[in-house]
Amino acid sequence: MGDARKPAATGADIRLSGVSKRYGDIVAVDEIELTIPGGAYCCLLGPSGCGKTSTLRMIAGHETISSGEIAIGGQVVNGLAPAQRPTAMMFQNYALFPHLNCLDNVAFSLKMQGVGKTERHDKARELLSLVHMEGFAARLPAQLSGGQQQRVALARALVTNPQVLLLDEPLSALDPFLRVRMRDELRRLQIELGITFVHVTHSQEEAMALADLIVVMDHGRIEQVGAPRTVYSEPATLFVARFIGGHNIITGTVAEQGNGIATLSGPGGQRFRVPSPSVPTGASIAFAVRADKIALEKAAQTQSTDGHSGALPGTVTSVEYQGAWVQVGLDAAGVDEFTVALNESAFFDQPVEVGDQVSAVWALEHVHLLAGAPIAGAEPY
Amino acid sequence: MRSHRPTVAYLQAAPLALVFLLFFVVPLVLTVIVSVWDYNEYQIIPDFTFNNYREIFEGCIADLPALCVTFKTYWSTVKYGFLVWLCTLVIGFTIAYFLAFHVRTLTVQIVLFLICTIPFWTSNVIRMISWIPLLGRNGLVNDALLGLGLVSERQEWLLFSGFSVVLAFVHLYTLFMIVPIFNSMMRIDRTLLEAANDAGASGWQTLTNVVIPLCKPGITIGSIFVITIVMGDFITIGVMGGQQIASIGKVIQVEMSYLQFPAAAANAVILLAVVLMIIYAMTRLVDIRKEL
Repeated sequence: MGDARKPAATGADIRLSGVSKRYGDIVAVDEIELTIPGGAYCCLLGPSGCGKTSTLRMIAGHETISSGEIAIGGQVVNGLAPAQRPTAMMFQNYALFPHLNCLDNVAFSLKMQGVGKTERHDKARELLSLVHMEGFAARLPAQLSGGQQQRVALARALVTNPQVLLLDEPLSALDPFLRVRMRDELRRLQIELGITFVHVTHSQEEAMALADLIVVMDHGRIEQVGAPRTVYSEPATLFVARFIGGHNIITGTVAEQGNGIATLSGPGGQRFRVPSPSVPTGASIAFAVRADKIALEKAAQTQSTDGHSGALPGTVTSVEYQGAWVQVGLDAAGVDEFTVALNESAFFDQPVEVGDQVSAVWALEHVHLLAGAPIAGAEPY
Repeated sequence: MRSHRPTVAYLQAAPLALVFLLFFVVPLVLTVIVSVWDYNEYQIIPDFTFNNYREIFEGCIADLPALCVTFKTYWSTVKYGFLVWLCTLVIGFTIAYFLAFHVRTLTVQIVLFLICTIPFWTSNVIRMISWIPLLGRNGLVNDALLGLGLVSERQEWLLFSGFSVVLAFVHLYTLFMIVPIFNSMMRIDRTLLEAANDAGASGWQTLTNVVIPLCKPGITIGSIFVITIVMGDFITIGVMGGQQIASIGKVIQVEMSYLQFPAAAANAVILLAVVLMIIYAMTRLVDIRKEL
């Protein structure tokens, strides 16, 4: 990040204070507070309708802010037109002008500013070569593949040296192979340019691969803000744990309490020990355990020890070989979709088959308590 | 299957091809044939002569730069064609823009479209007669202008004039401009306008740099409708112009009424050639195949 190509373009920080977006009675974004540091790659992550796109469009200026304040680089931008903000937006379907060739598409905003033809074409060519599209300058968008169109859209957004690039689901229109390649490309560009990227996505995989900062949103609220590793290993809420994947969620009521450890009574009568600061007896608690932190034991061997949180007996319903690991699905009383990701060698040391009775065990330290009351029948994403 | 597919395709296209052949190609060919026939006061004589064409352009080249009757007639026809085209384009584009970009619901769009078709709800004759109480010497417009003190005497140019001809054409044919332009506009991805806004384009810049270029096919199709109709018209120009304005359609009609079919046919062929040239020029400027 030290030697940014364009010294003029440095990442601006973005601060949202109490920002809301209401469409009539519907609240799309509900009083969110968020600070994105300058030069960060930030992903707004959430299911469709969670308010992530509305948030992005408010930062861009394509949506008015119902209440609250957005500041970019210390300057409040409420009420400024999109072009007056130090941002540029890349649209979901790229929105390239179909009647203009790549060069004129990239040069469009310079033309609007009244920059002369030679100058703006030179600049556009420079940007096209930044995204390796210099050979396609004379082509119309319809003559390009999806990935190529995206590169041109990227060049068009970057031509004004923005301090913040806003990307609305930039990879969703691409096939899986291209998606991974363009992902690398986006990250490379962001590091090279040193500007702030705000990227809206519903793919947790994409967010984790790209982001410095993940903002998980649901129902117009921010559920968690953090680095990918923090979000994955310490999901703040039940929603985050479900959405981010790779977690098993178990609910129970507190049966005993003592020494900072609570004993839960699980939905199928199981007993789990969880580290618990202060939860009254009888309270309902949800906790998450990462699928890769769980071991399987044949039913006969099961014995609960002090280091263990507890054991969940169940029947193996599926075994999927994934290469580096093996994913085992369990059917356990009162827990839906319990999966265990076993290291390949660990699995083959003690293989299990569909129909086997096993116990899933995990260490106390891998129990992660979740905020928010357990929601009955919350739909899995 | 593959071997008889072309036959099936031809059979499927045959009914329409037949209709075109019988009611379009055959009459057209007959017109061209008759245009080289000879005629006198009471009969037409099968022949192969270019006399009809020669008579139309008699002295036209020699008289230049003064215009002969034929050239004057064409000039007048083209002039009205151009004026009507310009008015319908500006008005039609504006209305289409409003319908496409400012009316949000489909129901309102349909209702407004129906309103645009109101001029077609009455017959041509009634419609043109209705202009008289409005635009005539003692009509409503004159009364209003006098009443408001905008003019000191009754205006003669409102009716039976070039003005009323253009007005009647525009009144009727703007819809032919609205529909194809509206169709083009509805195909414009709305995020393109947002992208233009994001790139700092003003409303006017978005119009000239994005909307108009993307509406070109619609504009061309609408223009073809309007220009071909106006160039061949003789009723509207006749009635609204008080039979005082020359048009090539009127010339052909008069010749027909005197049973000078070969002369009328020759004029028709020339008119067809002129209109085809105009359409060819327009399609050279814009590729309308994208729209079809």
